[in-house]
Parts: sequence; C-alpha cells; structure tokens
Amino acid sequence: MELYDVVIVGGGPGGLSAAYSAYRNGAKKILVIERDRELGGILQQCIHNGFGLHHFKEELTGPGYAGRCIALIQDKPEIRTLTDTMVLSVSKDKKVTAVNPERGLFTVQGKTVILTMGCRERTRGAIRTAGERPAGVFTAGAAQRMVNMEGYLPGKKIVILGSGDIGLIMARRMSLEGCKVQAVCEICPYSNGLTRNMVQCLYDFDIPLYLSHTILKIKGRDRVEGVTVAKVDEKMQPVPGTEFDIECDTLLLSVGLIPENELSMAAGVEIAPFTNGPRVDQRRQTNLPGIYAAGNVVHVHDLVDFVSDEAEIAGKFAALEAQGNLVPAVNTVEVSPVNGIRTCVPQVLHLPEGGEPVRLFMRAGAPDRKVTLEVKCGGEVLVKKILPVVKPSEMITLDIPAAKTALMHDKITVGLQAK
Amino acid sequence: METKVMNCIMCPMGCEMTVTLENGKFAAVTGNSCPRGARYAESEVTDPRRMLTTTVRIKGGLLPLLPVVSADVLPKGKIADCAAYLRNVVVEAPVQAGDVIVPDILGLGVDIVASRAMENVND
Amino acid sequence: MDFFKETDVVVIGGGIVGTAILRELSKYDLRCLLVEKEPDVAVGTTKANSAICHAGFDAPTGTWKQKTNVRGNALYHQLQEELDLDIKWTGSLVVATNDEEIKHLQVLLERGRANGVPGLEILSREEVLAKEPNLVTAQAALWAPTAGVMWPFGCAVAFAQCAVQNGAQVICDCAVTGFVKEDGAVTVVNTTNGAIQAKVVVNAAGVYAEEIAKLAGDDSFTITPRKGEYILFDKMAASSLVYSAIFPCPNEKSKGIMVCTTTHGNTFIGPNANEQASKEDTSVTPGGMNEVIAGARKLIPNLPMGASITEFAGLRAVSSTGDFILGASGVPGFINAAGIQSPGLAAAPAIAEVVAEAVGREMYLRKKTGWNGRLPKKPAFNRMTASEKQKMIEKNKLYGRVICRCETVTEGEIVDAIHQPVGACTVDGVKRRTRAGMGRCQGGFCGPRVTQILARELGIPVEKVLKERQGSELFYKKFEE
Repeated sequence: MELYDVVIVGGGPGGLSAAYSAYRNGAKKILVIERDRELGGILQQCIHNGFGLHHFKEELTGPGYAGRCIALIQDKPEIRTLTDTMVLSVSKDKKVTAVNPERGLFTVQGKTVILTMGCRERTRGAIRTAGERPAGVFTAGAAQRMVNMEGYLPGKKIVILGSGDIGLIMARRMSLEGCKVQAVCEICPYSNGLTRNMVQCLYDFDIPLYLSHTILKIKGRDRVEGVTVAKVDEKMQPVPGTEFDIECDTLLLSVGLIPENELSMAAGVEIAPFTNGPRVDQRRQTNLPGIYAAGNVVHVHDLVDFVSDEAEIAGKFAALEAQGNLVPAVNTVEVSPVNGIRTCVPQVLHLPEGGEPVRLFMRAGAPDRKVTLEVKCGGEVLVKKILPVVKPSEMITLDIPAAKTALMHDKITVGLQAK
Repeated sequence: METKVMNCIMCPMGCEMTVTLENGKFAAVTGNSCPRGARYAESEVTDPRRMLTTTVRIKGGLLPLLPVVSADVLPKGKIADCAAYLRNVVVEAPVQAGDVIVPDILGLGVDIVASRAMENVND
Repeated sequence: MDFFKETDVVVIGGGIVGTAILRELSKYDLRCLLVEKEPDVAVGTTKANSAICHAGFDAPTGTWKQKTNVRGNALYHQLQEELDLDIKWTGSLVVATNDEEIKHLQVLLERGRANGVPGLEILSREEVLAKEPNLVTAQAALWAPTAGVMWPFGCAVAFAQCAVQNGAQVICDCAVTGFVKEDGAVTVVNTTNGAIQAKVVVNAAGVYAEEIAKLAGDDSFTITPRKGEYILFDKMAASSLVYSAIFPCPNEKSKGIMVCTTTHGNTFIGPNANEQASKEDTSVTPGGMNEVIAGARKLIPNLPMGASITEFAGLRAVSSTGDFILGASGVPGFINAAGIQSPGLAAAPAIAEVVAEAVGREMYLRKKTGWNGRLPKKPAFNRMTASEKQKMIEKNKLYGRVICRCETVTEGEIVDAIHQPVGACTVDGVKRRTRAGMGRCQGGFCGPRVTQILARELGIPVEKVLKERQGSELFYKKFEE
C-alpha cells in the first residue's frame, strides 16, 4: 500500500491550498484526490469575479482563482494529483479507498488525512415545496454548471428561490444569457447575499426581489409552468390571502448549502451542531488523530479566500504531524459562541505551552451594526474587535495572538457585547 | 447640494457610502474603506461601469465553453450588448489564462480575456 | 420501433400488474405485447406507493385482494431469487396505542389466520420495543413475519425483462385510443402507434382502467384516484429509526400512515388517503404533508424532519366494487385486472396467474419449451465486495467512474441500465433502475451527468432527453450548431 505524508480528499480550493501549505511545511509525499474530471472544484463553474482579494490580493474569477491554486501545486514532485477519482471511504487509521476507471479500486495509507470535500446544495425535498415533480426545478449550482461549463440552459423564464450569493449570481448569469429572470424570492426579511451582488446582479437588471416571500407551490406536471408565491410572517409561515402566481419554466433553488460529510461520519469524525461539519481544533484536526478538515466541509464559507486560509492551517499542521514535528498540546479550551454569534470554528483549542496564534471564523445570528466582538475567559475579556457591520451571510474573522491564548483555560466564549 | 447613499461593489465588503453631488456633479464621498471605493462612487454617479464575465464557445477543449472576463470595467449600458456579442464568439483550444479573446470589444476600448487555460484535448 | 401488429394478447399498462401479467403469459406459446402510454414502464402507481409486500391479513377473507395477496406474497419469496428482486423480508407491525386498538389487533389476527397468513402473533409492548425501540407509543402490535419491503420499480422492470427475454414485447409511448370489435368481441386495439390485432386484451391500465374498459364497452365499474403523499428521509439521518414496516391500526379507507425503511435504507412516512377527481394530479400539498407528519408522529414522535430529501404522491386506483376486478368482463376477449390498489404490489404475481387462467378460457394455452424465468444478476457497485468491484472495473472501465455520489452509482451501471431489455430512456428511468439521483442531493450533482450519458447512449441531443413523460425535457440548447 502506498504511504503518503498527507492524503487530501477533494481537489477544490480547500484541497489545493492544503496541499500547497503541506508542501511548504515540509511534507514530502502528498496526494490530492479529486472526483471531477479536473482540479479546481466548484470554482471552475463560478465564472464571475470577486474572488481572491484577501488571499491573492487581486480580484480574480472563479476559474482564475482555481488556476492560481493549481499553478501553485503543479510540477511539484512532492504533490501527486488524481482526477476522475472518487474516494469511497476513509478509515480511522487513515486508509483512503478510492476508485477510478484506470486504476480501479485502490487504497492508500496517509500518515495524515485532510478532508476537503466541500458542500452541496439543499434541494427542493429539504424545504418540502408543494406541487408536482416536473422538469425545470434545479439547484442553482447544477444549473450554473450546465450554463457555464456544458453549454445548456435550464430554461428561458426563470424564478429563483433564495437570495444567497449563488441565487443572485445566477440571476445575472441567466439575464446575460438572454433569459428572463422573473423574480427572486427570499423567505428572510433581508437578502442573504453580498451587497455588491444585490447591486450588480439584481438592481442592474431590474429583477424584482420579494423579501419575506416563499414559494408555496410548483405548477406544471411535466415541465414547470409557474410558481405560487406568498408572503410569510415573522415565523416564516405563509400569510393566507397573499398568494400570487408567477409564470416561469424554471425554478432555481438557492436555499442553502450543507457540508458534505458522509465520508467523515463513516470514518467516525464527530460532527458539530449548527455548522454540520467536523468539530475541529485551531489546527483543523478533528476528533480523530491525524485526520484534519478544512473549508466548506467544516462550515460553509462566503469567501473562497477564507477557505484557502483555513486549508493552509490544516495543511501546515498535517505536514508537521506527518514529520513528527507537531508541538504537543497541553491545554484544552472549549470555544462557545454566545450573544449574537451563532457558530464559531474552531470549536475547541488544543494549545501548546506558551499558546499558539488562533484565528476564529464566526457567523452572526442576525444582521447588526456597530457591535463589539469579545472573547472572554472566566469573565475576563481577552480580545475585543469593533465590527461596523455584521450579517449572518458574512463570515467574521478574529485573530488571537499566541500570548492571549496562553491565558486561556477550560473554556472561552465569543459573543457580541450587549448594547 | 444633494447626497446619494450607495453600496460599493468593488469588493465583497460592500461599504455603504454617501456621495455628495454639487449641481449634479460628484463632489465628495464618505464611508468608503479604500480608494477603489471612492473611484467607484464617482464613476457610479457620472459613468456607471461594470465588469463582465461570461463564456465563449471553444473548439477542441475539455469543455465546450471557455469562461472570459473583461480586462476592465465596461459601460453598464453596454453590458448586455457585449454579452450578446460574446455568445457568438468561437475560439480554438489551446488557450492560456489571460489570452485576449476579443480585443477592444464593440470599440469600447476594453479587451475580453480568457479566465482560464484550456488545453487542446486532441493534441 | 418494430413490434407485433398481430398478437394473441395485448396487455394495456406497464405497471407492476401489467408487467407481471406479461411475464406470466410469456410462459405460453403466445405472441404477447404490452403497450404503455408513457416513455417508460412503472411510471404510474407503481412508482409512488409504500412498496410493501403485505402479509395478507387486511383484506376480507374470500376477496380477490385476500387471495392474491397471500398467494403473491408467497410467490415473491421464490421470485426474489429468480429475478434478482430487491425485497427485504422485514416483517410488519400493526401498532395499537390504546385498548380499543388492541381489540382491533385481535380482529386482524383472526382474519389473518382465516386468510391463511402464516406466523401471525400479537406482541406485548415489551416485545414490540425489543424489535423496534423507537415505537415508544406502542401498547401492543400485530406481528406479521412474512411481510416485506420491496423495490417496486425494480420488480416491474424485472417482470418486463423476463417477459421480453421469453419473446414478449414491450412498447412504450403507445397509448390506446380505442378498440375495434367484431361480433361483440374485441379484435383490434387502436393505439397512437397504429392498430394492433389481438385475440385477447388485458386491461391493466391502473387509474385509467375505467376509461380503457369503457372504450371496449365495459362500463361495469369506475375507478376513483385516491392520492397518497409521502416524505422520504436521508439514509444517514434515519436508517436506524425503524427496521420493519410499521402501520397504525387501519381505518376503512387505508392502512394508515406508516413509517418504514426502504430496501436501500431510507426511512419514509406516509401515505395519507384523499380521493380526488383528477387522474393526473400527483402533486404534494402543504396540508397533505402536515397530515403525513402528524400521522407518523403518532407512531414515532421524534421524526428527523430536517433530514427529508424528497416528497412525492401517488394515486391508488380504487374500484367502485371495493375489490380487485379480475378476469373476464362482459365483453368477449376483454379481461380486466383493474382497481388494483393496495395490496396490489404484493398481489401482482398472483393476479398474473388469475389473468393467465382467464386468458386460457379464451384460447388454448400451451406451455413454451425453454421458457427462462431467471434474469442475470444486476451488478450494483455499492453492494459489491472489494474484489468484485475490482473485477467489474477490469471488465468494464465505466464501473470505475462514480456518477451518483450519494448512492455510489457508476457510469457502468447507468450505461447497462440504458442498454438492457426494457432499458431506461429517461432520467427518472435511470433513477428507478440504478438509484442514481435517489440520494440526499436528489440528482443535484448527477442529474445533468445522467442526462448527458442518456443523450450519448441513445444518440439524441441533450435537449431532447426527458425527465419522465413527454414534455419533460430538462435542458435547452444554449446556441445553434
């Protein structure tokens, strides 16, 4: 059985960034396994720009960002990549079994494994929309791939449910392809997308946005013929009497992303509530020794730049562990999100003597302005940061210097200061 | 004097900016976090512009489509025309990322370039 | 497609009943043709039901329902191996949650014994909980060990394939438009694909059996569609919820809203039972879903509602007689297999025997020599051992490319499902045969890939590939060639 320092499951931006970081941190034998026909993951279908400002200090398209990540690992004898290869299982003892048409079924042994499988889209079934099951109901991502990579349109007259970034981006994309986007419906009273996408994807194309609205029913038996829309109350329940119909041949769903953790769960990786991804420490190690996780498989990100940042952390520590250079942890600290912070990754810190720099990735529970984020331990505020704007859709990051982490014990909380 | 509130779209931060206009002309901006924001604010009230990303067809590549991006912002009012024009453009693989696919699109002074490389699978 | 224009028997309807009948008739020296109005078989009631192979204690003793159910159940125990059918013999429980329902269990038990159902017994609360720890509301239950959960579309396809292997034909996209009669007897079936001569016609047209019968001049019954809605859960989230098929105490309309885990490990809840005028409306409704959830919660209070992956509805073909309508009608040469609601799936192979007997009364039936009742095993990649997988990929590389990630279905299985006899020609047809698209992402990733594979294998453009019925094209061309 082939032995690798680091085996990486998934060749999207997370996997590629992890591979590059593992290489830079001394790993000598790295394997990246990708199920698609080429590296780059979902970025290859995200042809719009807006990627890379943090990580590459330059605005790139999705394929552009993927290209940069690929270029960084290409032609490095230490890094081997396999495409068109599906990982079927990862075991606790870091054996990774995969299959592809050329090699058939094979198993490799990792000294460490990094899980970077990304996420998938929620479907119609998850939101239980009434109606028939006609052709013409697609997740936004599936439609995006057909339009941007395969050369087919999902329809001509479009309604989009969900105003997350994917929904907004697809509204513009379909408009540029000459389709008519009839409406975007959003069950929340606010958009879940970036402001810039609201402006350039909806306002620029005069596409109506119905906030606090949902789709009650999909009409049409064989192909979508329209949708029935209704206003929702504060509890997100439809308000009787507010129903109206919109004609369309296609419904695109952008109703959330779910970290894809079937492999992790089968391996015995502990999954955290709310993020629905592995519970990881600041080094992105899961509860299973030597198995790391990073990117959208841990928690859904809004910016690929943060995926890369996080994957670099995982890549670094996986490489150090593979070489036997991991500084042992002596102090375990639980991280609890409180007061307006809904999720925080990492969920636990395993700190060495003298502490270690830690970056927290958080999501807020509701939109707010001018708030103070606090990290507390035993009633004492360790770190503070003033945030001009918080939105549930936008990740909040906070760097904690090593010296501050050295002061932590048992448990810290991260939350917004009461106003 | 007139003020306009707008969200910057230059990057994902989406700063909320207040633009002051004097006699319909750009005078000042507040709320931006960087010079790009200031430039955007001025342009948005005088000559709004947008980046364009779309695809052109490609022959001989792994995929039938090649993603492309405008090398710079284009007049907002011309975006739809440019997209329609690009729908009918066909190129041949191989292509390198950054290759000019359409120079000076519709005489607007902006090149359309490839977002990614694509090898010729028949080579 | 070329098909028999002169036949002995035309079977109308490619559901579980029609295909089972075709297979039964293929045992005899007959020219048999099955016509199905949709592009694929198993797209009506057969595709949306509880998938239960009932034990047979529900139906009143002496009815067709009772006789064919008990016999059909026994036949499946044998057919499973011959046709490589997916059936999990889980047994079923009818759960009583109060004294009155406990009394009713006794009624069911006695009826079941009279019906000839083997192994029935009433279990105490403790015995129920030992079998099914999540049935916390149970006070007692009727245990029927011979019940099972099946893969209904797979069964229908296998019946059809077995029939085709023995010389019968299946023609899809072929709707019956009328009949020609001579001396009162049906002699010709007019279809959208032309006229077909037939000595005997078998009506297995599901909810449309009434319309077909009327076209032939038999207006002795009506069929009312009764909708049943279902919610299906992700297997990761719910596979350990229940093991057997769990029913509440039945009412007069239906066996009630059940909780069950499919042959592939997805738990589902449903169905409700609402009569409607439309024979086309298979929409799920907000009210119906709430009804299903409320009903299932009576059995299992703690349902993983966040893990639902799809909802669907099917139409039961409820006859005006209250029983299956089987055998000769008032019209010579016209045989009914109509009004087949529950337990029709379990009863289908026995219904086929009854129909074959009826055909035998119309014409001389001679057993074919060399009839082959066995189908080759269908290779399912995710159920193979490592060495079987390796061998399969060595034989056919396409078995090394996983297309459906949720269910680990390979390109090899999909291509085989397309090219098999009675092969898949639609995306949903591929799904029913291979499970590609049946998992948690519901075809989000693999749907477009399956569409492209279908286009390639069938030699048609992507924009012509159907999801299910005519008019269900999935994609439009982005530009002209």
